[in-house]
Amino acid sequence: MANYSTNEFKGGLKVMLDGDPCAIVDNELVKPGKGQAFSRVKLRNLMTGRVWERTFKSGDSLEAADVMDLEMEYLYNDGDMWYFMKTDGSFEQYAVEKKALGDTEKWLKEQVPYTVTLWNDNAISVSAPNFIELEVVETDPGLKGDTAQGGSKPAALSSGAVVKVPLFIEEGEVLKVDTRSGEYVSRA
Amino acid sequence: MQEFDWQPTADIGTLRKRARLLARVRAFFADRGVLEVETPVLGHGGSTDVHLASLSCQVITSAGRERLWLQTSPEAHMKRLLAAGSGPIFQLARSFRDGEVGRRHNLEFTMLEWYRPGMALDALIEETTDLVAAVLERNLGPARRLRYRALFRDLLAIDPFTVELSELRRLAGEWGNLDASALSRDACLDLLMGLVIEPQLGREGIEVVVDYPASHAALARRHRDPEDGEWVASRFELYLEGLELANGYDELTDAEEQAARLTADNAARRHAGLPEVDVDHRLLAALAHGLPESSGVALGIDRLIQLALGKSSVAEVMAFATTRC
Repeated sequence: MANYSTNEFKGGLKVMLDGDPCAIVDNELVKPGKGQAFSRVKLRNLMTGRVWERTFKSGDSLEAADVMDLEMEYLYNDGDMWYFMKTDGSFEQYAVEKKALGDTEKWLKEQVPYTVTLWNDNAISVSAPNFIELEVVETDPGLKGDTAQGGSKPAALSSGAVVKVPLFIEEGEVLKVDTRSGEYVSRA
Repeated sequence: MQEFDWQPTADIGTLRKRARLLARVRAFFADRGVLEVETPVLGHGGSTDVHLASLSCQVITSAGRERLWLQTSPEAHMKRLLAAGSGPIFQLARSFRDGEVGRRHNLEFTMLEWYRPGMALDALIEETTDLVAAVLERNLGPARRLRYRALFRDLLAIDPFTVELSELRRLAGEWGNLDASALSRDACLDLLMGLVIEPQLGREGIEVVVDYPASHAALARRHRDPEDGEWVASRFELYLEGLELANGYDELTDAEEQAARLTADNAARRHAGLPEVDVDHRLLAALAHGLPESSGVALGIDRLIQLALGKSSVAEVMAFATTRC
């Protein structure tokens, strides 16, 4: 793979650091007075999600990481692996480990497109669409006539996530949920 | 290419305020009898400074096809004016430094540079503080002076002049989270200055760092510290709110010493695998003719405007930052 030098570092660039693929979050030039220049770089480790802060001498370089974000539909799981299929018409399937799924596991729904991050053709992380529609499978009975007032209760969704919903929501209803905050948005 | 890429990086209201602040700068110098000058951004010689990357271009002149350098500051031409008897001068000069892009940097930027024949460095520190206060329209009080050595002692518990290189590398590696085992002494000091010390400077009014190591002298004189006898550079840097705003020199007037430093710069460039830069022979000739004893200072006006308007990057006070040019 190619190498990127510090002056090519910019947000979103995928590079290898300490053997892990990372995405550059921020790169700030540090140049005291008449002195030598350094780059203060924030990188997100794509395997762990942790953000690292490192300093590089101007002109240092990092190896590019063979990382791609692809859109794939969720198909099914066998308890061991989770299977996704490319949406580009190739029907190519990828098996994803639980570890790579992370928090996204609780937002999985069949035939919904997810963003799967591949590193050297292996799935290393999966992110859910910002909004998703899911059915309520379990919640306390709804309170009639309480459609406007505040108050909330937990509701378990078909994907396994539990979100706070207004008191009037009933089992069997389909809700629109924000997967980033885990919050109820509206009835679908 | 994005849809809104054609738009300025500063809004029009900001550009109006910028123009007013620049008018204050000009009024400040007019009041003090300092002449505004304009000099070329191109020169036959460039800056040999190892830590500055000069841009150059091919041009066709009456001499035929030749390479000219874009200035990293207007220093050389302004010193030639001083040698020609201009008296005190200032300039708002477009300057270029390759690779310098970030929140506090832009590849081309405006340098406010001025020279004061016969003025001691201490008086220039006061004048620079007055200029900053005038532009910000804030009473900042007198600048607090901090010695380079004392700063490292207070904030990092080391003596930057005598600390063992191995200890310096350990500290730089720790603060920068990098392998510092091959860094030079100066590089370690620069890193610690940039990462640890600078962000803490100028938080309660203007702070001025003085008595840099002699190796950081560039175009400044060196003198022996009266207290401890160490050779130090006769220069200062002025900080406000963690931003380095200005860099002042007691100007080196010795042509031979200057020529030796420029040659040493190019030798260091070769050693580091960097391209050499043509030495400015006309500057050396001007120094040989005689440069009046002068102090001079360069101030990043975009950063000062950024502070004045409470913006978070220089791009927000420039019509078009390099990313949009």
